[in-house]
Amino acid sequence: MLKLTDVHAYYGKSHILEGVSLSVGRGELVSLLGRNGAGKTTTLRSIVGVLRPVSGSVTFEGRELIGREIYETARAGISLVPEHRGIFSMLSVEENLSVAARPGDWTLKKIYGLFPVLYERRNNGGGALSGGEQQMLSIARGLLTNPKMLLLDEPTEGLAPVIVEDIVKVLVTIKQTGIAVLLVEQNLLICEKLADRHYVLEEGRIVYSGSAEDFARDRDNVRDRYLAV
Amino acid sequence: MLYLFQVLNGLGLGMIYFLISAGLTIIFGLLNFVNFAHGAFFMLGGYLCWSLTELTGNFWISLLAGPPVVAFLAWAAEVTLIRRIYRLPHTFHILVTVGIALILQETTIMIWGPIGKSIPVPDGLQGFVTLWSFTYPTYRLFLIAFTSLIGFALWYLLERTRFGGLVRAGSESSEMVALLGTNIHRLFARTFALGVGLAGLAGTLSAPIRGIHPFMGPEVLGIAFVVVVIGGMGSFTGALLGGLLVGLVQSLMSTIWPEGASLMIYGTMAAVILLRPYGLFGRA
Repeated sequence: MLKLTDVHAYYGKSHILEGVSLSVGRGELVSLLGRNGAGKTTTLRSIVGVLRPVSGSVTFEGRELIGREIYETARAGISLVPEHRGIFSMLSVEENLSVAARPGDWTLKKIYGLFPVLYERRNNGGGALSGGEQQMLSIARGLLTNPKMLLLDEPTEGLAPVIVEDIVKVLVTIKQTGIAVLLVEQNLLICEKLADRHYVLEEGRIVYSGSAEDFARDRDNVRDRYLAV
Repeated sequence: MLYLFQVLNGLGLGMIYFLISAGLTIIFGLLNFVNFAHGAFFMLGGYLCWSLTELTGNFWISLLAGPPVVAFLAWAAEVTLIRRIYRLPHTFHILVTVGIALILQETTIMIWGPIGKSIPVPDGLQGFVTLWSFTYPTYRLFLIAFTSLIGFALWYLLERTRFGGLVRAGSESSEMVALLGTNIHRLFARTFALGVGLAGLAGTLSAPIRGIHPFMGPEVLGIAFVVVVIGGMGSFTGALLGGLLVGLVQSLMSTIWPEGASLMIYGTMAAVILLRPYGLFGRA
């Protein structure tokens, strides 16, 4: 469904992605692991066109995405839930949702069913939400665009364990609906719980890829080598 | 009675300033773009009003047709030129839009001549309204009522529609709005046209009371920036209160201390900046 082939990307003069290749199949939940600065966020930003890769190819359902506008990749069916959540603080929760809504299975009603806390806080300003609520809102907003694929950038970062559990439940539900997910995450346990396959990124290259079963076997080795700080 | 008269004048003038500044501040908020051609489009609104009124003999047609023409010209300028320079620093915005303003001003002189013109108060709104012993020009009352209506419509558009939600969301992060699948170029062009169209509308409405001349652009641009600074960059409510404040100060001062009317406008701005550096409704 999504396929990156030998993607190179720069921030200014620094070469951040040095030939990333990965793929996500229909309905799959794939994790992308790696230390800070390995290029995980840059990979996501290159997919949606926030950053323009200088070479390589990013295809989605067979169509090339590099060179297309951000809104075009969004309309093609990819929704990025960004690292800092990108909540519109001056808009109410409901406005945050309604500016994103596009026709499809996901409706405001269904979203409120999955995220009761957002219904309770629908008239609050986006800036008044807690970190966990903002993350919920960011994911909910991404879903309301009715994407075929979600890119999640560290959805549990900085959240209390109880909230992390809630987020994981939501991700399980999303996975069951058949939306493909590329999950960038530092929390290994969450990735193991959710993902069908794993990639590990280091210094702009994919250094490990394997199925959930492979990963269960290689886990300690991979962790010590690529993830331990 | 004199003060009541001047307060009403100030409200009308303030609402005109509000329309101009609202356009300026909406454009700045979403596009982070400094539009120094705003005053020139205000002037163009006035001149189109004059020509259309001459042509059709009917002010109402020019009120209906003039501002959309201004908005269309702004849209064309955005699509061909202005969208290419958003990413450049503000100094380049000023350079290009001052250029546009000069082109508009000189073209106006070529077409309509260097001497100002006056536009008759529209039929039906000539004369005065008398309340007890107080009389006030009908057109100026109409101006206050009509601009209030426009202000309400604008509030509704920005606060209650999806378009308005996108404009406000885009003011925080246009990248995030694009990530949600909104065609950001179209949104920018429409917002620019809307903002400049408001200046055109203000130019049309004020033409019958203030007349028109080719150099009215820079004059009103200065005041619009004062209003935006007082109200806070990017704030709609700020543009309303700032506009009314400046209108009232200017109007009342022209009775109390005519020589100092302009000075007091800038004095008000300085006082606001001292107390609230980001304006009444501005954020850091």
